[in-house]
Amino acid sequence: MTGTKTGIHRETRMTKYLTTTALALSMLGGAAMAEPVKVGMITTLSGGGASLGIDTRDGFMLAVEEAGNPDLEVHIEDDQRKPEVAVQLSDEMIQSEDVDVLTGIVWSNLAMAVVPGAVRQGKFYLSTNAAPSQLAGKGCHENYFSVSYQNDNLHEAAGQYATDEGFGRMFIMAPNYPAGQDSLSGFKRFYEGEVANEVYTQLGQTDYAAEIAQIRDSGADALFFFLPGGMGISFMKQWAEAGIDMPVVGPAFSFSQDILPAIGEAAVGVKNTAQWSKDIDNEANAQFVEAFQAKYDRLPSLYAAQGYDTARLLLSAMDKADISDADAFREALRAAEFDSVRGDFAFGPNQHPVQDIYVREVISEEGQLTNKIVATAMEDRGDAYAEECSM
Amino acid sequence: MSTILLIEQLLNGLQSGLMLFLMAAGLTLVFGVMGLINLAHGSLYMVGAFACAGVAAATGSFWLGLAASIAAAAAAGAIVEVAVIRRLYARDHLDQVLATFALILIFSEGTRWLYGSFPLYLNVPPSLSGSVTLPGGIQYSLFRLAIIGAGLAVAVGLFLLIGKTRIGVQVRAGEADREMIAALGVDIRRLYTLVFALGAALAGMAGALVGTIQSVQVGMGEPVLILAFVVIVIGGIGSIKGALVGALLVGLTDTMGRVLLPSLFDLFMETSAATSVGAALASMAIYILMALVLVVRPGGLFGARA
Repeated sequence: MTGTKTGIHRETRMTKYLTTTALALSMLGGAAMAEPVKVGMITTLSGGGASLGIDTRDGFMLAVEEAGNPDLEVHIEDDQRKPEVAVQLSDEMIQSEDVDVLTGIVWSNLAMAVVPGAVRQGKFYLSTNAAPSQLAGKGCHENYFSVSYQNDNLHEAAGQYATDEGFGRMFIMAPNYPAGQDSLSGFKRFYEGEVANEVYTQLGQTDYAAEIAQIRDSGADALFFFLPGGMGISFMKQWAEAGIDMPVVGPAFSFSQDILPAIGEAAVGVKNTAQWSKDIDNEANAQFVEAFQAKYDRLPSLYAAQGYDTARLLLSAMDKADISDADAFREALRAAEFDSVRGDFAFGPNQHPVQDIYVREVISEEGQLTNKIVATAMEDRGDAYAEECSM
Repeated sequence: MSTILLIEQLLNGLQSGLMLFLMAAGLTLVFGVMGLINLAHGSLYMVGAFACAGVAAATGSFWLGLAASIAAAAAAGAIVEVAVIRRLYARDHLDQVLATFALILIFSEGTRWLYGSFPLYLNVPPSLSGSVTLPGGIQYSLFRLAIIGAGLAVAVGLFLLIGKTRIGVQVRAGEADREMIAALGVDIRRLYTLVFALGAALAGMAGALVGTIQSVQVGMGEPVLILAFVVIVIGGIGSIKGALVGALLVGLTDTMGRVLLPSLFDLFMETSAATSVGAALASMAIYILMALVLVVRPGGLFGARA
């Protein structure tokens, strides 16, 4: 396990460095009144899905550094995209490091392994990305906040967009795992046309020749697909090669800034749905996009924006309440009084966002591929599970 | 399903099978000749893809990238053989698995250190992009056709190399009786390095070709490695012919299973459930195939040693 260990060591070293800096700063500030808040960030920093975790971390840490709040300590660890590692890390953070807040998990299956246990032990969990339906409905919890969305949201918006565009027959496709099944049912919830065919691919599949032949043969008006990460890169390249003239719609995950360069020109023109885009016109967003580029020398992705907002939410609560008073702190989180990079942002009754969801188009801008908002798919969208949550 | 679609899917199965053959050929040679289980074979595949993407991005030429991928993977293979693998021949399989697993981690983190964590861009060269119309009106990707051609050419080349050349004779002899050919004055260490580098070069070439239509990222080799192991178990360990037949069987079963099983279940089930069950069963199809082959022929289809 040599390679992985060094990865963890690097993170631990970084944690130590940040902790020392925070401590040094707190001494400079004299007698700090508030109790420090310890945050444990568990995210994917190695292996196939690392680019998502790295963007989450970088967005989060950008907000932390900008705030310069000496009472905030962040411990960062790598879950290697493995549920068992994530559980082990959260146990360690809760029991020996005594963190107050956990955050950072990218994948829904890891979130399901960690979140219920953590919130039961009285810790807060702020989700930077994963928001499975199980935690939005019956399994909702007063200490669990999703700052990103509810998993179905972007798929629902794609369904709404397909309806608005008047696509009469859609070919829909997702990997065969819980988030993939949620994706297709989310899409169908708001799509009023006919489904020409629905196809489940294998999780981690990289060759889509068979599916592309089926799509060509189906005679559908348009294609909806959800294939996060490397799966989406492979699919889009092969799709472009096949030269099929059919509009493509999908959630933002396959057209996020972290993977657009790998897809290349093949992505141009694709419509994708997201609750954030770098061209949303507000002061917080303009400042975020500029600061992120200045610090990391690349454009921020959706995950970076979600990480950034999560940290800003936490900091806003820290200004208003002390972490030792959990009820007051929870109220401060619920109020969500921070300038979100998404503009309007509020929590619904199950502590998931109520927000606008946009349709973006992939464009080529100054030699770089990026997204531009072309329409608003849904306004003030909450989620389908809020009613089942009794909180 | 129309005949045209069926033929197109058969071509897809053939193409994925031939790429698997490039991976499996090296794996089965190394196992057959040296008795070594090499888990790091997938890393050599990744090295090929990254070398191709890196060189193609720097020079703008896919072909230079392809040449670089073969050279880089062969070099990486030769270095690893001399530095690490050579010490493992006498050890038991558990030691080999542990050491080559460590190599996977070293290769993955090393690649991440060199190239970063974000997937790389690598695309089809302009001369091979787009699709062609085959006889019968089948639209098929030109690059995939080229992959089929390259895979067949390598298969023929390997059969000639193993069957007709002096090195091939030595390799076959090494498989049959290691001590004897050493006693006959063949430099067995050099032969092993050569075979290992050859297997690595094929894996690197597969990585570059497949990376072009898929995604070039850290960890891309391991899923392929699992399939390659299935191939050599089906084909029989150590047999190039077995690797070819096994790879084609796996490629066709996987592709046709994905296409046909959901439509089969659709005949007597509700569509949503049928696609879900069909997809689940399709992902098991190659393992069911492997189990069936092992029941009938425990040594694999062309296994030298049962």
